[in-house]
Parts: sequence; structure tokens; C-alpha cells
Amino acid sequence: MAILEVKNINKSFGKTEVLKGVSFSLEEGQVLSIIGSSGSGKTTLLRCINFLETADSGKITVDGDVLFDSDSTEKMTAKQKRDKQLSIGLVFQQFNLFPQYDVLGNVTLAPKLRAKERPDFKKNKAEIYKEIEEKAMKLLAQMGLADKVHNYPCQLSGGQQQRVSIARAMALEPKILFFDEPTSALDPELTGEILKVIRELAETNMTMVIVTHEMNFAKEVSDYIVFMDQGVIAEEGKAEDIILNPQTERLKAFLNKVNDK
Amino acid sequence: MSFGVINGELLKGFFENVELFTITLLFALPLGLIIAFGSMSKVTVIRGATKSFVWVIRGTPLMLQLFAVMYVPGFVFGWQIPGDNPRMTAAAIAFVINYACYFSEIYRGGIESIPKGQYEAGQVLGMTKTQTFFKVVLLQVVKNIVPPMSNEFMTLIKDTALARVIGVVDIIMTAGSFSARGIIWPLFYTALFFLVFCGLMTVIFGRIEKKLDYFHS
Repeated sequence: MAILEVKNINKSFGKTEVLKGVSFSLEEGQVLSIIGSSGSGKTTLLRCINFLETADSGKITVDGDVLFDSDSTEKMTAKQKRDKQLSIGLVFQQFNLFPQYDVLGNVTLAPKLRAKERPDFKKNKAEIYKEIEEKAMKLLAQMGLADKVHNYPCQLSGGQQQRVSIARAMALEPKILFFDEPTSALDPELTGEILKVIRELAETNMTMVIVTHEMNFAKEVSDYIVFMDQGVIAEEGKAEDIILNPQTERLKAFLNKVNDK
Repeated sequence: MSFGVINGELLKGFFENVELFTITLLFALPLGLIIAFGSMSKVTVIRGATKSFVWVIRGTPLMLQLFAVMYVPGFVFGWQIPGDNPRMTAAAIAFVINYACYFSEIYRGGIESIPKGQYEAGQVLGMTKTQTFFKVVLLQVVKNIVPPMSNEFMTLIKDTALARVIGVVDIIMTAGSFSARGIIWPLFYTALFFLVFCGLMTVIFGRIEKKLDYFHS
């Protein structure tokens, strides 16, 4: 069964229809890239799945759990919503690290706040915090940041900041990790380190969805690619087929345009 | 009249200035935050009403507001400001309202300068809006508003001298009474009190800024 199922998502801003019935699904452990020119709706799609925007209609299911269903009359409480949404993690284009916390603090803040909701929190606070910190240290080591845990975001390079934000998202153990153009805010020579981290995550069987307009990146890291154009999925398929053997005129034109750059 | 006596009188007057300064901050700092939230409200009526109020208060002279608080309740409603020092009370009311409006704009600017991404990061990390505000946004706002706040504090201590127009016997009024008796120097000597006070605040605000210098957005 698919771990992520997105069905018939529609979204308009005012009179502009940005998403016109987008559906796709993803198997556990696979990496999907969403490509397309700016204005094609790919970022809006990602924001709808991450609840930064509310889709006008459609259904989103993660691991059999319905996160969003415009036809459902059931009302979720704010807490239920938050809990369900944590099955999805998001890495932002602009990192959005918390500047006043050091690297470790950035990674542990949300898990520590969540731990407060545990019934045994008062009794085992020290232990729980220690556990969270140890896990964060492990993640940061995995991201190659073991020697940066007490630095502040402003002391790090863009690539390091982006790796912190990946660790921060991973700390909540999402079932699927989304990336919103993770290398767009970086100098070209720094995109390699993010690529490496994402490839390593892919090897650990992490399910990922990456919005990007770096074709080489998409080709190298993903199993599947979805090409969006004017609010619909214009073509989708295995990564290599999409890049090397595009079928539709729109995708051909897009790839030509990107390669010219 | 000896220097010591005059100095003592001036100091007594300056206590009035410092008292008004302290009361104003005590009430205007929190009230300003409430006004700031009002002016950012999604409810049009609340937002409109708050913004109009801020416009009136910031758009009219503080001196006029002092007169208004001091005399309008008596003239119109026959209502006297209670307490054993009604002049100070009236001055405090006018100052609190006036400064709360200025503070509200500083707060609003500070809050609105926080990038949307900080709230979004809080949301996708499963934090509540309250948690995001207090754990993520607030300290960044504080850092942003320290410099403009330090300006307002400086202006405030000097503005307190205006309270003499409704009879608060502050340091300038005290010095003025010496001038009336032909002793001119105390009037200019009062500058020293304000200078020392502002110098102290400069040092304190400098420390706060330095303390918050460990991070940059």
C-alpha cells in the first residue's frame, strides 16, 4: 500500500486556479521529485500537503491515516491535527532555523515541547530530555555537524544551516520528509553537500518528496519524477525516463529551457 | 540660598520626574502590547478602532492631552480625579495612554518584522501558536525593539517635565521658582540630572543589546 496518497487536490488564490485536481501516490522508501517551472503549482502543492495552505478540495492520506479530506464532515481538534501532521516533515528553502537557539537547541526545541504532553513527563523529565538530546546528537553527527552543536545558525554556512534544518525535521521522526527547493538558497558549490545528505537518507529507506528545479539533482536522487505544468501533473514516471525520454511537448520544452541555462 | 539647599529642592523635583517615568513605563509597556494586538487584529472593527485611537493620540500634542485629562472630567462630568495627588494621577494617565500608543507601534513593527517562515517552521514542527510565539518569536521581537525602545525611554524622561503645565512640581518647575526669585543658574543646572539619568539608561540598554548580540536573524 502506498505510504502517501494525494487525491484530486484543488487550490485557488482568488480567481487564480493554482492546482487543478492533482493526484499522486508514493511507496514507502521511495524518493519522488516534483519539477516544473515557477508558477506551475509545485510549491503550492507541497504547502497544501504540509498544511501551510489549506486545499480547497481533495484528500491526503499518510500510511492509511487520513490527514485531510474536504468531503469529511468530521472536525479534528487542533491537537489531533498537529499530531497527524507530524507524520510529515518539511525542510524549507530558506531553512527557517530559530536564530536564538544553538544547533542542538534548534533540533531539540520541538521534541522537548512535545514531551511535555507525555503523562510521565514530570516524573522523568531529566531522562526524557537526555534521551531527546542524545537522539539529536546522533542525527547531527549523521549530518556531519557533530562539532557544530553549540554554534548559532548565524555562525554557519548555508549548507550547514540546511543540514541542521534536515536534522530538526528528522528529530520528530516523520514518515515522509518533504523538501522545498532545498538547494535554491545555496551557492552552487554547496548544493553537493545537501545532495549527499539526501542520498544518504535515501539509502536508509527514508521516504522523501523533493520540490526542485535542479534536474541533475532530481535525476540522481529520485526514483520517480512528477512534472507539473499549469496546475496539473503533465507527465510522471521513473526518474530516468522523465529526464532522458520525455513524452509530452511541454516537458520537452521545459527540459530544453532548463538545460540552456 | 546655599547650593546644598537648592540641590536638595531640585532633587526632590526630579523624584517627581522619575516617579512619572516609572509609572508610565509600568503601565504603558503592557498596555502598548494590547494596543499592538488590537491594531493587528483580523476583526476590522477592532483594528479600525484601535488604529483611529492611536492616530488621535499620536496626532495631538501631549500637552493638550495633559490638559484634557486634568480638566475635561471636571468640566464635563463634574468628576474629580481622586487621590491625594490628583495632578500626578492626571499626568500619569495622560502619559500612560500617550506612550502606550507609541510603544504599540514599536511592538507592531517588531512583531511584523519576524519572517513568516519562523511561524511556519513552528507549525510544521508541531508547535502550537502560543508555543511558537513565546519560544521562537518573542526573543527576536525583543531584540528588534531594544534600539527604538531606548529612544522612547530617553524621550520619556525628558517629556515628564511637561507635566508641570498641570501643576506637577517637577524639577523644571522647581528651578523656575528659583528663577522667579532671581537665581537663574538652577534652571540650566537641571540639565545635569537629565544627562546623568540618560547616561545611565544608555549604559543599561547597551548591556541589553550586547546580551542579545549572540544571535542574528
